Amino acid sequence: MVAVTVVVTRDLLKATMLFAIYSLTIAGLFATLDAGDVALTEAAVGAGISTVLILAVLALVPRYEHRRTGHSLPALAIVTLTGAALIYASFDLPAFGQPGNPVHQHLGPYFIDQTYADIGIPNLVAAVLASYRSIDTMGEAVVILTAGIVVYALLSPPPRKRRREEDER
Amino acid sequence: MRDNAILVVVARFLIPLVMLFGLYVQFHGEYSPGGGFQAGVLFASAWILFVFIYGLETGLRVIPQRVIYALASLGVLLYALIGVLGVVLGGRFLDFYPLLDAPKAAQQTGIILVEFGVGVTVAAVVMLIFLLFARRRADTLAAGLDPDATDDVRVDGE
Repeated sequence: MVAVTVVVTRDLLKATMLFAIYSLTIAGLFATLDAGDVALTEAAVGAGISTVLILAVLALVPRYEHRRTGHSLPALAIVTLTGAALIYASFDLPAFGQPGNPVHQHLGPYFIDQTYADIGIPNLVAAVLASYRSIDTMGEAVVILTAGIVVYALLSPPPRKRRREEDER
Repeated sequence: MRDNAILVVVARFLIPLVMLFGLYVQFHGEYSPGGGFQAGVLFASAWILFVFIYGLETGLRVIPQRVIYALASLGVLLYALIGVLGVVLGGRFLDFYPLLDAPKAAQQTGIILVEFGVGVTVAAVVMLIFLLFARRRADTLAAGLDPDATDDVRVDGE
């Protein structure tokens, strides 16, 4: 419901606020599912910082989205087909939360059994992120640094003064 | 923003709490949910709240722009250096076992250090992105390009 409103509304400020509410709701959902790390990330990153950053962007652009005319029927068809295919595929998913599901059969038991013996910390997520897959996490840190560099590269030249013709157009 | 007494008082109360929670999430990440990413974001949000209340100039006096640039790279460098340290001490890249004699303590030390690297980078990059957008806003206004003034597509009834 909230997500649909975000897509439909053309008031970007409203969309931002709704998006923050949506993130917070999802964070609560993750917390209910016992995924504390994900919930914390969603609340801090999704609801907190990205809202602030979008607001910072909104300070630079007009508040209302341009009205776009016309519809792209092929795009609508592709989206509908993909959505239908995903829903169809979801019928084959194993039952939610069962211990015998394939996702719990491969590495999961190893991490659950061995983390405390290998590393001695109770938080599996931290152990997997920082030790078992630490090269992966280093890549993520580099990605974040790259994002910072890219934003710097895009925003550091001074804004051009708008020409008068465009103002009077 | 300076005139809003309630906001200032609440923010003054909240900023230390947010920073403390950030430190907790950073250094308690092995025991409770958390880690470098979340802690970095929390720390940056405390700084951004500070900037909202006291203005960008004051915020940059607390953490100068040059320091933010340096911290963003230093976090990744710390991470990579810990990895290289494992190689130097006779292990593989990002192998924490050679760091200390006791294997579990070595793993924990390595995890805490690399997570700290991640936290520093994330905090610095988030602050940097916010800073750049805020700067841009100031520059845009100075160049006589008020984004609200060109807002000619306003919808009726909104």
